[in-house]
Amino acid sequence: MSKNIVFCGVGGQGTVLASKLVAKAAMMEQMHVRTAETIGMAQRGGSVFSHMRLGEADSPLIGKGEADLIIGFEPGETVRQLPYLKKGGAVVSSLKPVMPVSAMIGQSSYDAGQMAEYLKKQVEHLVLVDADKALAEIGNPKALNVLLLGAALATGEIGVSRESLVEALHETLKQPLWEMNEKALSYYLSSPEG
Amino acid sequence: MHTEFVMGNQAIALGAIAAGLQVAAGYPGTPSTEILETVAKRNPGNIYVEWSVNEKAGLEVAAGASLSGARTMVTMKQVGLNVATDPLMSLEYIGVKGGMVLVVADDPGPISSQTEQDTRTFGKYSKVPVFDPSSVQEAYEMVQEAFEFSEKYHTPVILRPTTRVDHGYESIQVKDPEEYTVSKAEGFVKDSSKWVIFPKLSVRAHGAIEKRNLELMDTLSGYQRNFILPVTEPMPERYRKVGIATHGINYAYTMDAFDGKPHPRILRVATPFPFPEKLALEFLDGLDEVVCIEELDPVIERALLETCGRHHLDVKICGKLTGDMKAAGENSVDVVKDALRVFLGDDPETEGKGNADGPANADGVEIPDGSNGTDASGKAEEARDVPPLPVRPPVLCAGCPHRASFYAVKMAMKGRKTLYAGDIGCYTLGNAQPLDMTDTCLCMGAGITMAQGVVRVEPETRAFAFVGDSTFFASGITGAVNAFYNQADITLVILDNSTTAMTGHQPHPGTGKTIMGDIVEKVSPEKVLRAIGLKTVETLDPLDQEHCIEEVRRIADEPGVKAIIFRSPCVVKDKPKGPHSKVDPDKCISCWKCIKELGCPALIKDGGKAAIDDSQCTGCTLCEQVCPVGAISGGGRNE
Repeated sequence: MSKNIVFCGVGGQGTVLASKLVAKAAMMEQMHVRTAETIGMAQRGGSVFSHMRLGEADSPLIGKGEADLIIGFEPGETVRQLPYLKKGGAVVSSLKPVMPVSAMIGQSSYDAGQMAEYLKKQVEHLVLVDADKALAEIGNPKALNVLLLGAALATGEIGVSRESLVEALHETLKQPLWEMNEKALSYYLSSPEG
Repeated sequence: MHTEFVMGNQAIALGAIAAGLQVAAGYPGTPSTEILETVAKRNPGNIYVEWSVNEKAGLEVAAGASLSGARTMVTMKQVGLNVATDPLMSLEYIGVKGGMVLVVADDPGPISSQTEQDTRTFGKYSKVPVFDPSSVQEAYEMVQEAFEFSEKYHTPVILRPTTRVDHGYESIQVKDPEEYTVSKAEGFVKDSSKWVIFPKLSVRAHGAIEKRNLELMDTLSGYQRNFILPVTEPMPERYRKVGIATHGINYAYTMDAFDGKPHPRILRVATPFPFPEKLALEFLDGLDEVVCIEELDPVIERALLETCGRHHLDVKICGKLTGDMKAAGENSVDVVKDALRVFLGDDPETEGKGNADGPANADGVEIPDGSNGTDASGKAEEARDVPPLPVRPPVLCAGCPHRASFYAVKMAMKGRKTLYAGDIGCYTLGNAQPLDMTDTCLCMGAGITMAQGVVRVEPETRAFAFVGDSTFFASGITGAVNAFYNQADITLVILDNSTTAMTGHQPHPGTGKTIMGDIVEKVSPEKVLRAIGLKTVETLDPLDQEHCIEEVRRIADEPGVKAIIFRSPCVVKDKPKGPHSKVDPDKCISCWKCIKELGCPALIKDGGKAAIDDSQCTGCTLCEQVCPVGAISGGGRNE
């Protein structure tokens, strides 16, 4: 089996940690993993992405129309990466926008509501994540990355099992944080309608 | 052997350690930084590692160690090699004793650099052999082979990965410590006929190097990493007379483009210089046409043209020079696919495409490239009614002290004729609106000297040169001496956040720490400037705006060179623990001054009033000091 996954968001949102967790889980399942991520200037509030290829692949970058799954931390960034999604692929996206400075000072415009509408029109297999609501219920405002991984698990396209992800979480985080993060991971498995 | 999931840069470090590395030096620069950091982190205990003050210093340290018989490595980004050019050109003539590998990371795109220069071309110019890896695993193995090669031929060797290899992660096979090569340095053996460069030595060495490099064209034709992939069967008829020549990560893109389907004959070049000509001749045999899939310079394309010319071959060589590949920018699987589709005349209908064509370019820069979605893909997006995407050029972080420093100078110089010379680092982002505080940026340290040139033409201009602390130590000090000696009227502004922030917080001479973890005496920029002879050297806290504005006004009008050091720690490295600022919506008059003047990512609009995104605010209080009605309060740096 092989899977192509795109993680995307805004520099500082934690896309890299999310991709590290999936990579760790995939390696536990004896899969070959390649990733490519944004490092450098764009990390300062710019658009960032990680491409992840599980299984057979030559390059770390995914071609357009070849991603099985997009995990978006920000609705506008999810739309930006949509050309990478293959026909019938799944999309998980947070609905909460990060307003760019250029829009705040009137040099560009950004209507995040339009992004959700566009995603609904374009993508059949879609989980839109109301992060503020879910994270308040879970009681951990910082678990956006794990919440999104849980939603990705619910799509069945992530290519790794919940058990491996839990094990990867345990390896990465200190024990007091385990329960909270496992709750975030299970949030969309127990209420898949989102 | 065991499996590790590592970044290309980590793989290069682990490979060098396995090859018996003894001395490693470098200067931080994306995409090369993690190599040296990994050597320090995974040091088995016997490797000396240093962040040198710049690439020239690093290469010279390594040269001394190599002449003493040690295996050495120097790491830098492509523009760093420009700084290290002087010692490298001569070192190639003198040669090395212990194996010496320069890892020079190229940055197609460029994603985080000033130029798109190609170190493969630099290899040809400096006559230094270049190795070009295609994957993380290959980078790990190739660096070990490069050490052997360097020692065998007594030459420094360049390993030239590009960003997608440096920053790509892969699960790879690495050696266990018992399998490491153990190397022992003989020590420096005096021999002035060998180690002292003089015209007589130079001409002899030059001749020997040219002869060696010609021979290496044959030798490297047998290097296993230079290879030909024969056509795959069943072969479409049109593939019989065409070939593809490629290299580095582009080889991976090419293989992905065919995705297991039949492909024509492929030449993979791992040593662009010296070029494996014998192998290339074998590749060209029977072909009518070749397309070179390359990033940056058309190095293989030119080498094949040379080969065809030298051997009177009637083969058409296509690539960047014929417009079959784009001249600039990064390639991708899609760029390669498109180029191959046109070149091979494949039916585009057979290629299964997905949702749309190109993602919009986030930083708002026009790149004439399908993969970045400004031309053809733009049309595709229009057709699908893609709503306008957010434009996100990188910006200074919320709470970044550079914002306060820039704003203080901007306020102090309101209405005056000014020049704001910038430099290389996070503070280059001071160019963005609304701050708009960077008029020039050229290369490391250039702002200080360029400002001097501007005031020679426009003496009435108040010229400021902004430079970061690490850049000041790397190459700003000579510019400061030049200004003092030649009596230029400029204000040198050191934005001192006590770290090398842009590349991920490396220590430097001003931090009092080394990469090995030692605590050492700090080099004080104030003392350096006073020792040069500057009379005015003022250290200010940029978060105290009123005082800063007053001081900048006073100092800028003094004659000669004067310096201001804005000192405040990087908020990403030393996370402030104080309370965050809050907007009182009853007091806010919605003038938007805070948002429009500062452009801080933590300042947002909420329900017709200014508001603060608590998850981003650091409590720097700059907005509190800027608000005309005192509607923002509560922030602070300490608990």
